Amino acid sequence: MSERLHEKLQILADAAKYDVSCSSSGSKRTNHNKGLGEATGSGICHTYTEDGRCVSLLKILLTNHCIFDCAYCVTRKSNDIKRAAFTVQEVVDLTMNFYRRNYIEGLFLSSGIFKNADYTMERLVSVAKKLRTENKFNGYIHLKTIPGASDELMHEAGLYADRLSVNIEIPTESGLKLLAPDKNIKDMIDPMNYLKKEIIRTTEESKIFKSAPLFAPAGQSTQMIIGASGESDKDIMHTANKFYKGFNLKRVYYSGYVPISNDNRLPGLGSAVPVLRESRLYQTDWLMRFYGFHVQELLNDQFPNLDPEIDPKLSWALRNMHFFPIDINTADLQLILRVPGIGVQSAQKIVGARRFNKLGWEHLKKIGIAVNRAKYFITCNSPVTDRKDYTEAKIRQFILNESRSKFLSHGGQQYNLFG
Amino acid sequence: MEGSNTIFSDKPVTISYDGTWYGLLTAVFDAYARKWQISGFSVAGRESQSDFFAETITVTTDDEKAQRVWLGLQKKVPKENCIQLYRCYLSEIPGIELSIFSCIKFYFSGFESPHLAYGNADVLKVNQTSKMVYREKHRMEAFVRFQRTSDDLYYAGIEPDFNVIPLLTKHFEERYADQNWLIYDIRRKYGIYYDQEKVEEITLNFSDDTRSGTAVKEVFHDSETLYQELWKDYFKHVNIPSRRNIKLHLQHVPKRYWKHLIEKK
Repeated sequence: MSERLHEKLQILADAAKYDVSCSSSGSKRTNHNKGLGEATGSGICHTYTEDGRCVSLLKILLTNHCIFDCAYCVTRKSNDIKRAAFTVQEVVDLTMNFYRRNYIEGLFLSSGIFKNADYTMERLVSVAKKLRTENKFNGYIHLKTIPGASDELMHEAGLYADRLSVNIEIPTESGLKLLAPDKNIKDMIDPMNYLKKEIIRTTEESKIFKSAPLFAPAGQSTQMIIGASGESDKDIMHTANKFYKGFNLKRVYYSGYVPISNDNRLPGLGSAVPVLRESRLYQTDWLMRFYGFHVQELLNDQFPNLDPEIDPKLSWALRNMHFFPIDINTADLQLILRVPGIGVQSAQKIVGARRFNKLGWEHLKKIGIAVNRAKYFITCNSPVTDRKDYTEAKIRQFILNESRSKFLSHGGQQYNLFG
Repeated sequence: MEGSNTIFSDKPVTISYDGTWYGLLTAVFDAYARKWQISGFSVAGRESQSDFFAETITVTTDDEKAQRVWLGLQKKVPKENCIQLYRCYLSEIPGIELSIFSCIKFYFSGFESPHLAYGNADVLKVNQTSKMVYREKHRMEAFVRFQRTSDDLYYAGIEPDFNVIPLLTKHFEERYADQNWLIYDIRRKYGIYYDQEKVEEITLNFSDDTRSGTAVKEVFHDSETLYQELWKDYFKHVNIPSRRNIKLHLQHVPKRYWKHLIEKK
């Protein structure tokens, strides 16, 4: 009995791990009933796997039986693998017992599609319902919404879950047609639209009635697979931008395609996982969400792909040297945020600290900015030592040389990934 | 002792206090009242490097004086910056008291929003030390691994770099409201115990049996091994081998924490 449970967990964790979201933040569920758990904070990574990824949630499939045959998915119908299915009670017990031992922040439950969309969605919802009502569980719950599920079930899911997500997986419609012939874009967009409207409606309600029930308080997210369908970085980030703007998504995740078959529509087995590209996309995502960049500034018809060698902020700065240098002691926060080597927190510290005394290189170093990058783009209260009229190419070379030697001294891990 | 030393106000003094947070705040109060030039702190009964030329003055902890300093601070800087000072104190880093004292002096010096003066060495030091302690607290919120005992107590032993137990109470009390739990700092030999009503600070006398681990089998609940094994299974299978990145793994889960992590044991 317990052996079978071990096997199920192994199969259904294996099948769920390509979903990269492990976020457990952004909710506001308190432990209001002296039950178990809460989901109010900024999320906790309870451990990290050997691939360096955060483990915050118990991330499993309810079952890996699936009627769809999406080429990029391990769980696809035509793949010859062991299949398994948890009972509702098994998932509840695992979640409660892991949570009580402080292993996890909560549950991320997804599923292969068995019979039809509603039948599958109903099972997912019943796990969440059981946890919330019978077990007084207030930890984090992320449910996958099954494309094509009915509005009624989506509504019920929103009442019990903190976050809901539909993975778009392939960023272009043509790619989706080629790789996931059973799926259609409308079935994925409809639930997102429904949830967006419900989230807006319930947020308005809760402003008037303090006791209005929570509805997916951590919002919705989606995921795109990177490098499976020959898409450009521009395709990916412009699609992401549409999701952020059009559906109020909290997060878009980017998941480098891990080769799982020799299907000739896809990169074959043994191809490297595009981890560096993935990290450049996340950097771009951050620039859009926290640094005030518009996606068009970073990726457009002239520059449809990100520079793998340098980060997208530096890349933008080198293309826009006419913005610089800026004076760190007088410039607006919005401008300081655009300087390579200065993050959001450092930018805010600079704006706070410069009221007391004019800041020089020493201050900037202590505040934590990367002076070796920033120095080409700013002036400060120290005498100009290393600011000649370098060309973009020269600056790029200087910065690359420095960061290369840094990588080498750390064993060159970042570059080996492509070796 | 105190009161008899006012004539030395222009000479540096070393403060001897009882090592408590309120003791430190009392020292701040007295230093202001008597215009001491403080050159260092020492804790009564603990070894320290004392300033040979400074006179040592013993401060007697006074809750009322401490409260006045604490409330006074909150009028000068946001609550978060007051808590930063407390976190620094919990770092137990030798000499940190002087940085805390100097920072408080700066906060009281009349500048507007003095907590934003990141160019000031003491303000920066307090910020950075506080961040280290906060990180350790956050780590413990992540790395505590409760083990269910046969009498339904969820027990976790920890060995944090800093004395973060006082910072953990609120988080665990709110989260694990329906189970009895105990988090014990093995190195500092005290812990917090929750009985579903309130949290108490306690110290334990481990018997030789528990220390050697021979009694473990009887101590733990029947289901404990099952869930530990399932957790290890899960940890192994959620990993993607083709993305292996041990350097990053070690950065997030440093080896010194492994012995208390079920999945890394």
